[in-house]
Amino acid sequence: MRAFLLLVLLLLPPALARAQQVEPAFAAIASQDYDAMAAGIGELATSGDPRAGAIITALQAGHLYADAAGGLYIRKAEGNFVAADSGAPAMPDEDALKRLRVNNGVRRAVAAALGGLQLFATDPATRRGAAEAVFKSRDAALLPVLDRALAKERDPAVRLAMEQARAAAILTSATAPDAEKLAAVAVIRARGDLDASALLASLPNASPAVATAAHDGVMAIQRVLQLWDMLEGVFYGLSLGSVLLLAAIGLAITFGVMGVINMAHGEMVMIGAYVTFVVQETVRQNAPGLFGVSLVIAVPLAFLCAGLVGIVVERSLIRFLYGRPLETLLATWGLSLVLQQAVRSIFGPTNREVGTPAWMSGAVPLGGLTITLNRLTIIVFAFLVFAALMALLRYTSLGLKMRAVTQNRAMAAAMGIRTPWIDALTFGLGSGVAGMAGVALSQIDNVSPNLGQGYIIDSFMVVVFGGVGNLWGTALGAILLGIVNKFLEPFAGAVLGKIAVLVLVILFIQRRPRGLFPLKGRAAEA
Amino acid sequence: MTRATVASFLVPVLIIGGAALLALGNAALPPTAALHVSVFVISLVGKYLCYAMLALALDLVWGYAGILSLGHAAFFALGGYAMGMYLMREIGTRGVYGNATLPDFMVFLNWTELPWYWYGFNHFAFAALMALVVPALLALVFGYLAFRSRVSGVYLSIITQALTFALLLAFFRNNMGFGGNNGLTDFKDIIGFDLHADATRNALLLATAIALAGAFLLARYVVASRLGKILIAVRDTESRTRFLGYRPESYKLFVFVLSAIIAGIGGALYVPQVGIINPGEFSPANSIEAVIWVAVGGRGTLVGAILGAILVNFGKTYFTSALPDVWLYALGFLFILTTLFLPHGLVRVFSRARPSALPEPSPAKEHPA
Repeated sequence: MRAFLLLVLLLLPPALARAQQVEPAFAAIASQDYDAMAAGIGELATSGDPRAGAIITALQAGHLYADAAGGLYIRKAEGNFVAADSGAPAMPDEDALKRLRVNNGVRRAVAAALGGLQLFATDPATRRGAAEAVFKSRDAALLPVLDRALAKERDPAVRLAMEQARAAAILTSATAPDAEKLAAVAVIRARGDLDASALLASLPNASPAVATAAHDGVMAIQRVLQLWDMLEGVFYGLSLGSVLLLAAIGLAITFGVMGVINMAHGEMVMIGAYVTFVVQETVRQNAPGLFGVSLVIAVPLAFLCAGLVGIVVERSLIRFLYGRPLETLLATWGLSLVLQQAVRSIFGPTNREVGTPAWMSGAVPLGGLTITLNRLTIIVFAFLVFAALMALLRYTSLGLKMRAVTQNRAMAAAMGIRTPWIDALTFGLGSGVAGMAGVALSQIDNVSPNLGQGYIIDSFMVVVFGGVGNLWGTALGAILLGIVNKFLEPFAGAVLGKIAVLVLVILFIQRRPRGLFPLKGRAAEA
Repeated sequence: MTRATVASFLVPVLIIGGAALLALGNAALPPTAALHVSVFVISLVGKYLCYAMLALALDLVWGYAGILSLGHAAFFALGGYAMGMYLMREIGTRGVYGNATLPDFMVFLNWTELPWYWYGFNHFAFAALMALVVPALLALVFGYLAFRSRVSGVYLSIITQALTFALLLAFFRNNMGFGGNNGLTDFKDIIGFDLHADATRNALLLATAIALAGAFLLARYVVASRLGKILIAVRDTESRTRFLGYRPESYKLFVFVLSAIIAGIGGALYVPQVGIINPGEFSPANSIEAVIWVAVGGRGTLVGAILGAILVNFGKTYFTSALPDVWLYALGFLFILTTLFLPHGLVRVFSRARPSALPEPSPAKEHPA
């Protein structure tokens, strides 16, 4: 085979002297010897020859043919052939043609070569992608191409990617001088991601100076990555915390403000989730165009539905049990069983599918973080709900009356406030907020009759941890528990982390039986 | 003899006598006889009596000390696991993998050594002791922490629920070494007697009846004693009792630990009769269900707890086979209606016990503020 190659080289007609550097590559590709083909492809790609792109793409697609004399032909989609060297239509003897096959080695060479070629593409995104590909392949042979591409490049982002690719290529090359390698290490270190650290950690043929610089680089990158990891933990913790906050904040009103133990609170969340399901189904059938805003429609409806159920429950059950917290607990537990079974009878025991609108799916990269949009939306939603609730309690007439009844029921009644109605509305408000939480939770959890049960214990933990009767405490408690949970997870695993948090809260209540922010003064004695 | 003394003798006689009659109906009558009691009924009644022990234990703390524990099934399950571990070791080489020391699930998980906490469970006496000691220790530590810092009322209820929830999550883990999700099952025999033999079943039913009767007498003795009076005082007004110079936390701790031991014995007797123990027993729903048994029967009466456990579970058996969809509605409304209309339970309806002997629906409390 090698002898044949040599023969081809010797027999090259002098008329083609202009392209002499490329012709051996053609021959090598035509040789059907895999090693020679890979070498030929590399040579062709780095030559900057305008024909390279068409030939290598054809090879990749399996459209490149060779005849016995080493001539290359590209088969077009219509079935006709063009000569690879001239680009002119050709009519080779099809019986003598052989389709060029590739193995993995050749495929790699093709991919790297195409990466090099795309460095000259007109689309900046393609060029950047090509630079990334070169960075990953670390092919020192592509250095000259990179240099030429860099000389022409104007887009700063693409330039940066190319420089990093060039640095990677230099670091892998056996011949580059130390000074250049040290500069390359600095470039890679500035890139600062996992790929960069992996590259620096495994440098071939590095001199001691370069190796030291690379080691320092790895350390610096690891430190930065750890920081990002921590930020990611904070984000996930915040996300979990916002879910806890949503689930707990309604409870903070019914339990915290009214002193009613509502074990059916989780079922109010579940009702909210099922309202979302019904709204989405209705929208899907009647106005598919509105699917994107189905969640927005569901929020007030869920609030109304769950709030209405809450008012009915207060009027028909809870008002008879005021002042008997343990009985309230049992009766509402019974209520939760009834509600679960009712939903099971109506919607079936299996999970229901709630879709995610397009604007909530996907993720945005932020530095070293990937922020998923549904999590982000839930965080924002949780804080909006919290702010709205605070505003309602602080600035509206209803809020004023609620606070008055909470602080001194007899005095409030004496001032003409209809306390039974305020009780019912407060309970309805707490339940309604739980319903809105259900809309958010339908996005991250299974909508099933058991949805609520999973949150009830966590919600109580949050309210008790934050301090009963204190909405700020609830918010802070939820976020803290969420973050602690997420930071424990890597060490202990998800389940042990959860257990640890439960045990921590149990121990915490021993230390501070009235929560993080206990009420002071007369209210604390109630 | 006073009415109370009569009751305290009548109840054990009824329990043991009833169980003996059933066992006799199974052992002495041929299967064709009209009054023959099937082994299914025997193990069902055995199960009810175990639940009755849990209810009794709960009534002791809730009815007499005002501690509404929503995690009492945890003590029951711990006792059950202790017995389950013994039964597991007793299988020996008869397991699927034929390993003499390692239970099947450990072989399945590629464990090579028995974890240290499984040592000794090949002896029945040790396992029986552990069925008392482990729940007692947990109750001691938890109760000490909770009562010392005066966590009471609903706060206590919620953290007991968190406790059993944490245990539920823990026992679900495979590497805890308790069989994970599947729990412990496939038992063969207990101290040499085949668990599937009718005679063993009858003996277990009788043993449960005797244990329940014993627990009832013990509980009766405790609540009738001076200590019991102080407990009732703590239940009704804890702060006043403290001001009189008593230490409510010590009394509560004592009765909490005693209650955990009774629950543990119930669990230990439960496992050989149902043939399985799995983490589901720790689920908070089980503990709350136990509370409703007590509430239906009448809390603070001891007899009511036993009666409630048997009645509600009989209803559960009936409904879950005849009308499975209705059971949760029935249970749910049972909770609601009992608390609304029957705050003193069935016993109050059928007896003319002096009102002062029974607790108020709840510790006297102001309207929510």
